Amino acid sequence: MPPLIQIQDVSKSYMRDSFEVPVLNNINLDIEEGEFMALMGPSGSGKTTLLNLIAGIDKPSSGKIKVSDTDISQLSETALAKWRANNIGFVFQFYNLIPVLTAYENVELPLLLTPLSKKERKKQAETALEIVGLADRMKHYPKQLSGGQEQRAAIARAIVTDPLVIIGDEPTGDLDKNSAEEILTLMERLNKEFKKTLLIVTHDPHAAERANITKHIDKGDLV
Amino acid sequence: MAIPFKYSFKNFKSRNLTTIITIVGVALVVFVFAAVLMMAYGVQKTLKETGSVDNVLIARKSANSEISSIVSGDVQGVIRTLPNIAKRSDGSAIISNEPVVIINLDRQEGGISNITVRGVSETIKDLRPQVKLTEGRWFNFGTRELIVGRSINERFKGAQIGDKVKFAGDFWEVVGTFEADGSGFESEFWGDGLQLLNAFNRGNSVSTVTLKLESAESFDSFLNAFNEDRRLQQFEAKVEQAYYEEQSTFLVQFITALGVFITVIFSVGATIGAMITMYTAVANRTVEIGTLRSLGFRRRNILIAFLFESLTLSILGGLVGVFLASFLQFFSISTINFNSFSELEFSFALTPDIVVSSLIFAAVMGVLGGFLPSVRAARLKIVDSLRAV
Repeated sequence: MPPLIQIQDVSKSYMRDSFEVPVLNNINLDIEEGEFMALMGPSGSGKTTLLNLIAGIDKPSSGKIKVSDTDISQLSETALAKWRANNIGFVFQFYNLIPVLTAYENVELPLLLTPLSKKERKKQAETALEIVGLADRMKHYPKQLSGGQEQRAAIARAIVTDPLVIIGDEPTGDLDKNSAEEILTLMERLNKEFKKTLLIVTHDPHAAERANITKHIDKGDLV
Repeated sequence: MAIPFKYSFKNFKSRNLTTIITIVGVALVVFVFAAVLMMAYGVQKTLKETGSVDNVLIARKSANSEISSIVSGDVQGVIRTLPNIAKRSDGSAIISNEPVVIINLDRQEGGISNITVRGVSETIKDLRPQVKLTEGRWFNFGTRELIVGRSINERFKGAQIGDKVKFAGDFWEVVGTFEADGSGFESEFWGDGLQLLNAFNRGNSVSTVTLKLESAESFDSFLNAFNEDRRLQQFEAKVEQAYYEEQSTFLVQFITALGVFITVIFSVGATIGAMITMYTAVANRTVEIGTLRSLGFRRRNILIAFLFESLTLSILGGLVGVFLASFLQFFSISTINFNSFSELEFSFALTPDIVVSSLIFAAVMGVLGGFLPSVRAARLKIVDSLRAV
């Protein structure tokens, strides 16, 4: 069975004024289904760029990224948006919940892009909130939640569509030690109990320890 | 599916001040816009209601108003022979030969204005039954007495019962006041037509002849007979209501053109206000936009959500503006009608058409103001907008 994610000879560079700044150099990486991988590296090493490429919110300058046999580097912007809605769950460092929507409404948001009925959306969003332990906070607005609770709501939003891959960009970077521990335990549970494939970028060696596998990236190269 | 509308609505609440300022800006412009249209329609309505559908007004073809029209005595005699003219119980035709002149009078608040004085014939109560005496008595025919319309009575010096108005070298006593369903007649003095002709040395040439038809439907038959009579070639007969409505044309066009020109200039300010609000909204919500895009919402969804926000703000402003403007219906103002060169009082009048036009005007401001910021929001790169923490 081929790996769920295949990254083949991927390079990425940005233009700064008239200079081309290379960020990733010829990356090759396979991620198996059900894996919990941590990407580590110093600031500016290119780890978030690699995460963005895998998540389909940025495109490589060269190379191929195949996720479950779909070459996402070839998809049009519209097709890529649809692909993201169906296959990727995002967890951001600063949670990125929509402040004017309740926890429930935030979690329901990705389901609006699916053909589910309102009743089905409600059932699915409530299940996701129950999994992350926020069933009693679903009517709360983000500002009424603690940092850890906000991130749990963000995780509920990430899993509500049952995506192929959950992507986390420094998911514990803005949390205190206890809340970070809670989040990592929750991610571990998603991986072990629900067989989800997780890929996180982190600076924190303690967070990386919870992953099955850790990859290091430095100056655009996997080391 | 699109980004839910509640997302936009809840965002209004989260930035109360800018939302209110934008709504107020649009509301003020829409208020002025609606007021201008209400003013123009008020003039038109007042003059239209001056005439009746079963009355026919005959004036000289070349005259663009009653004061510039002359109908000589022999022509008045020819008109009297035409068919379909209604008759009183005593068999006399309901016709009023009317000299119309303009005099000057002082306003209560200072300044002079032109006032129409209309001479009427004895059949006048049958010709214009909508005219009701409110105080005093009717003038006596054969005397130099006048009755005064409500509007002039309230706003001009020397136009009260017992006052004597001086014109044509004589004093004319005001003996009564009248109302006429808020029409243009309320901005006039009425007296005996023959006395007026005599005072102004006009012989027997009146300005216009107005007659009542047997029924409104007999106008075509009357008009055929009128047009076939070669002695009446220099004259034209119009339904009284249509004639007075035409008298409003120039003033209505002037008010509309000037008003719309001014409000369009104001609207640039309101549009820029909406634009600034929406640019600020986009700048404040850059990360949200990046998040929504990364969740799978398309550029088009973002564009529609922000345009909807701008449109909703402007429509709310429009509704507030129209609501405020609706209170103008309780006010009356007066101006000189350019056609008759005389004072005309009218009320602001709101119609469903004006409400729709005002809301469309508000919506256009919203779309124009919101378009560029919405395009900017939709064009943000996901990676860049997520970095804007």
